[in-house]
Amino acid sequence: MKPIISVKNLNHYYGKGNLKKQVLFDINLDIYPGEIVIMTGHSGSGKTTLLSLIGALRSVQDGNLVNCGRELQDTNENGLVDVRRQIGYIFQAHNLLPFLTARQNVQMSIELLDDVLTSEAEERSARMLHKVGLGDHLDYFPQSLSGGQKQRVAIARALVSNPKLILADEPTASLDSATGRKIVNLLQNLTKEQNSAFLLVTHDNRILDIADRIINMDDGRLAKDNQLKTIT
Amino acid sequence: MQKIPTAWLQLKYQKLRLIVALSGVVFAVIIVFMQMGIRDALFDSAVRLHQGLRGDCFIISPSSTSSIAMQAFSQRRLSQASAFDEVEFVSPIYQEFGQWRNPEDRSYWRNLNMLGIDLRQNILNLSGVDENIELLKPSDTVLFDSSAREEFGPIVENFLNNGEVNTEIRNGDSTRKIKVVGLFKLGTSFGFDGNLVMSHLNFLRIVDNREKGFIDIGLIKLKEGVNPDLFRQKLQNYLPKDVKVFTKAEFIDFEKSYWQSSTAIGFIFDLGVFLGIVVGIVVVYQILYTNVADHLPEYATLKAIGYRNNYLLKLVIQQAFLIAVLGYIPGLLISIIQYEVVKKATLLPVFMTFDRAGFVLIATIVMCAIAGATAVKKLQDADPADIF
Ligand SMILES: Nc1ncnc2c1ncn2[C@@H]1O[C@H](COP(=O)(O)OP(=O)(O)OP(=O)(O)O)[C@@H](O)[C@H]1O
Ligand SMILES: [Mg+2]
Repeated sequence: MKPIISVKNLNHYYGKGNLKKQVLFDINLDIYPGEIVIMTGHSGSGKTTLLSLIGALRSVQDGNLVNCGRELQDTNENGLVDVRRQIGYIFQAHNLLPFLTARQNVQMSIELLDDVLTSEAEERSARMLHKVGLGDHLDYFPQSLSGGQKQRVAIARALVSNPKLILADEPTASLDSATGRKIVNLLQNLTKEQNSAFLLVTHDNRILDIADRIINMDDGRLAKDNQLKTIT
Repeated sequence: MQKIPTAWLQLKYQKLRLIVALSGVVFAVIIVFMQMGIRDALFDSAVRLHQGLRGDCFIISPSSTSSIAMQAFSQRRLSQASAFDEVEFVSPIYQEFGQWRNPEDRSYWRNLNMLGIDLRQNILNLSGVDENIELLKPSDTVLFDSSAREEFGPIVENFLNNGEVNTEIRNGDSTRKIKVVGLFKLGTSFGFDGNLVMSHLNFLRIVDNREKGFIDIGLIKLKEGVNPDLFRQKLQNYLPKDVKVFTKAEFIDFEKSYWQSSTAIGFIFDLGVFLGIVVGIVVVYQILYTNVADHLPEYATLKAIGYRNNYLLKLVIQQAFLIAVLGYIPGLLISIIQYEVVKKATLLPVFMTFDRAGFVLIATIVMCAIAGATAVKKLQDADPADIF
């Protein structure tokens, strides 16, 4: 099987001149379709940096990074936007647009696709919100939703367009552990159902069990893969 | 697919902020309308007399700078003009300030503008002159401007009750009793609070110190089909340089440009318009900028999920446009009401014109576009790399 993400000899630096500081060292990583990978590592080790590089949110400086068949190091800003459209992102903060209802927030993702009818977009958004358990909150504004509910809307927004890759950076950090657990289970079920690859950064040891594979970032270097389950 | 109208939804979401933005635009629109309305009314009123002259070309002294500072010139020049084949007739006009005694408050004298005309050619196309012209033949009779300021006394009311009003006019050292035998309508302007029309013979009875054969404006009526521009050129070349020849349009421009450029009036109104627009730009910019600044994480998220910078750019520009149009409409309506108030208070012919409404609409949109274009710079701070 071909990996959906293939990172080879990736280095990354912040700052310029004397202040230039290397944060990623010779990263090599393949992620396959349908695989759930959890990345752990202490604070400041470079997890977010790697995630934003894989997600085409940051330009590649040195090394090779293939995402959905595109060499990101050779892709311009316009092309990076095209790659972003194929990825579902879930952030630590939900970052929902406060002036849009739950359904409209989800619909913003579908509007990026060409040739979708308004009625279909509305229906797909509603269906996705049903799946994350918010079927009766379609027309709520974010301010009247709880933290867990907002994160569910954010998940619906990330998954509604059936992305082949889902990236999440500590999506449970701002939630209590019970809510966090539910959110993680939901993500696990949905990504399996859509057969998407899922790369999750977390500090939370209690949720490691959903992973097919756990990788550990240590001061900018990826430690050895820790294969939990075999990939089918 | 019909997209979610994010620009409008975001504006609507923060109602108070939207109201502040709209108030800023309404305020700017009203200021601009009032400044332009009053300015145009003042300039229009300054040339109402000129507009009402039934002539095609005019002769004046080169030392005349405006209708409030007319220098007399020899009537011989006008007679010379009448010798041309193209001319239908010529007619002299006399113009001077006179002091009018308020008939109710007899110690109160106030300057008004006196016009002396040759009754044989009725050259004043002003309402009330044609029908009353015969009444001006007897000595010491005048027509009174019914839209004169009320400081001259309740002339219109007394005239309508009694059929005549008697008072006195002073010019230089001499004072003369006169009788108002009719009303006409010209209106006040920068220079004149009121106007009188009389025969040139009666004019010279009041202005008894004037050198004989000297007039202030020479009116030339051309035969049909004669091009006034060409004739003006021809006459100017023929006559000595001690007179200036104008077509009617040039005569009107001459008067307007005096008020516009030789006085601070034009500048003051332009400054007012400018300040109104600056206020509008600042308010709208402030609102659009805070809108962007407050939503940077959300905008960065939109970029992260695949929206291009253009989308956000369009969003801000659409908001600028919405604010412009939504602020303009109430601004226009309030200004129309304000014009009525000003018209009542000043007797100036202030009214909304299609051109001005269109101009201010475009100015408002440009104003908001400038504010929007400045505010979008802040969008660059929405970096998708910063949000994980
Ligand atoms: N924009 C930036 N400019 C300069 N240095 C940065 C920037 N972002 C991160 N860094 C530095 O790079 C290193 C890696 O940061 P990164 O955010 O990738 O770590 P992390 O593993 O995600 O940490 P955490 O678990 O706290 O989120 C840190 O030392 C951090 O201070
Ligand atoms: Mg991080």
